[in-house]
Amino acid sequence: MSGAPSARRVLVTGLASYWGGRLAQALESFPEVETIVGVDTREPTRELERTEYVKVGTQHSLIERIVRAADIDTVIDTRLVVDSIAASRARAHENNVIGTLNILAACTGAESPVRRLVFKSSAHWYGCRQDDPAFFTEQMSRSHPPATSIERDVIEAEAAVSDFADKHDDVTVSVLRFANVLGPDVETSHTRLFSLPVTPMILGFDPRYQFVHEDDVVHALEHAAFNDLPGTYNVAADGVLALSEVIGLLGKRPAPVLPPWGTGLATAAMRRFGFRVPEEMLGQLRFGRGLDNRMVKAAGFRFEYTSRETVLRLAEHLRLSPVLSGAREPYRYEREVEEFLRWSPHVRRERPPADSVGPEDAAMFDPSPPVASSATLSDETATPDPGLLDAEEVIALLAHLEADDLERLEHLERSGQARAAVLEAIAGARGDSYT
Amino acid sequence: MAGRTSLAGLADRSTALIPRPGGDAEARERRDLLPAIEPERTVDDWGRSERIEGVFDATLVEFFYRYWFRAEVEGIENVPSSGGALLVSNHSGALPPDAAMIGKAIREEQPASRRLNITVEHFFKGYPMFSMLLPKIGCVAAHPANVHRLLADEEQLVLVFPEGRKGTEKVYSERYRLRRFGRGGFVTAAMRAKAKLVPVCVVGAEEAAPIFYQAATLQKLTGLLYFPLTPTFPWLGPLGMIGYLPAKFHIRFLEPIDTTQFGADPEEDKALVQTVAHEVRARIQENLHEMVARRKSVWFG
Repeated sequence: MSGAPSARRVLVTGLASYWGGRLAQALESFPEVETIVGVDTREPTRELERTEYVKVGTQHSLIERIVRAADIDTVIDTRLVVDSIAASRARAHENNVIGTLNILAACTGAESPVRRLVFKSSAHWYGCRQDDPAFFTEQMSRSHPPATSIERDVIEAEAAVSDFADKHDDVTVSVLRFANVLGPDVETSHTRLFSLPVTPMILGFDPRYQFVHEDDVVHALEHAAFNDLPGTYNVAADGVLALSEVIGLLGKRPAPVLPPWGTGLATAAMRRFGFRVPEEMLGQLRFGRGLDNRMVKAAGFRFEYTSRETVLRLAEHLRLSPVLSGAREPYRYEREVEEFLRWSPHVRRERPPADSVGPEDAAMFDPSPPVASSATLSDETATPDPGLLDAEEVIALLAHLEADDLERLEHLERSGQARAAVLEAIAGARGDSYT
Repeated sequence: MAGRTSLAGLADRSTALIPRPGGDAEARERRDLLPAIEPERTVDDWGRSERIEGVFDATLVEFFYRYWFRAEVEGIENVPSSGGALLVSNHSGALPPDAAMIGKAIREEQPASRRLNITVEHFFKGYPMFSMLLPKIGCVAAHPANVHRLLADEEQLVLVFPEGRKGTEKVYSERYRLRRFGRGGFVTAAMRAKAKLVPVCVVGAEEAAPIFYQAATLQKLTGLLYFPLTPTFPWLGPLGMIGYLPAKFHIRFLEPIDTTQFGADPEEDKALVQTVAHEVRARIQENLHEMVARRKSVWFG
């Protein structure tokens, strides 16, 4: 991150979505950010320390009141649904187009305090066609009408945002078009595709794929919040991989089972086996897509992972996940607990405000309150702990693991409970796999 | 093995698709931001696979280049050893062998042994197997943005066939008669990228894969670009597409045309673009006539 953070009072829309939650968590670690308000119709799905959650839909009059009351200077819109499986066509349209119009309306007005709008968009804006260029740049216009409903939503939403940008010279509007996201934590249709035992391909096609790591998505949104990035930017990691290359990196087998003609019918049949191929993925499986990411790099953003490294991270996760499944307790939002943690004078804070709780008072409290310390909580959500499995369960799973997974597991165990029986069993299993 | 090109008709819509070139400093900055290929990878960002290209090069292409067509190369010094350059060639043959032979000639004869990007029609990206194979061996869809990126940003060699399909569709009796050179899209592309234009003449490809008849009904049935009847296709099945006759190949690279000599933004001058396109076409045609006249035998050169 470079430059002085300029976002101080931030509104995050879609707080309950994966990206809203991740972003709010990330923003909490910036002391420069005074206020984080998150809105959504559903309750947050991630542990948040100081983000204020307001249960509200995208009614613009309500959001406008929140924006003005909290003197919000930066609005980050993370709501966009880019997977036709995640929501029905009508609900996706409601959220993507009508929702965006409402959020924009809430930022409109002469006295609006909003100075910056960051819109999370998608590379689905470009679509997937036979006569596409190999690398889309931000200046390119589409030569075809949208082919899928998600594409149409993204185009309409972006059109509304760019119209807003034209009318509000005093608001910096950043539109970030993200490539397909992969990572150990996020779940998309593509992570589901790649976790299948064999990866279905369309016979005779080996499309080009570009990815972006989930952490880079969050960092890019932060970057746009703290720096001056007017305009549209492609956010896709360096490197465009052939699908066959991706499958190789994942250590899977390609299965060219989808016929080149009548592919739609074949995917309908796949649904019966429990895997749904969204219509926007079909285009990618056939023609692929590459993005030019030089604009966002020129704007000072640095990717942490390349496309290849992103796939490798996913591969590690896929190998480790059978060991860790069920180990992680999902977070549940409880309004009373959250309010207690935020407002009760009995909660010991890491940096006590000078006027409320004095050092003498603080010393009276239990030095290790079970829930108030943010560090332990967020650590737990970030790295699932194998220690939550019984020793016998872990030992039973060791036989199925490869050498590098064992190494990781050993590391996790040492830093966790360091149970002698488990460590011994791991050492034994590693010894076996070497011989 | 090789593909067909058509830059025709791209000139007019290309303007909207390609960012206006800024100053030299800006161009350099854009080049510096290009992602490097990770050393662990054998496939590049265009989908070109070192491994598969290597296998093709060492077997099929090597066999045809050295033993079947016994290619003879003139003027290899005209292929720039650095910087972007657009090679422009005549085109023929049902599944044209000329592109692969030009690529092989540069790899074999040029000291820098540069790799060549062959532009092919978008059609191939949508046709099974072609879609998978062609990018792996160095073919790129003939999109003006692709050509610009290769020439200006990556400073590579790009081969175009301005005759496009019209070149490969023509039957045997029309051999070595150049078709229309599109609308000069290739000249615009080279000018915008400030790349050199290198005209290339290929003699032998017409006799190696003569087409006697174009079967329109079969073309419609198969969904192919066209359905030629050649000595081996479709009689030997898909393999018949590479059933070339052993004509001797002569490849001649002509003196490059420096597009920077026309001043700033020459691509805006449509008359100039047409003039240069005609000039390139005339040079290739003239050299083809001369090469065919000098040739004593189709098979032995």
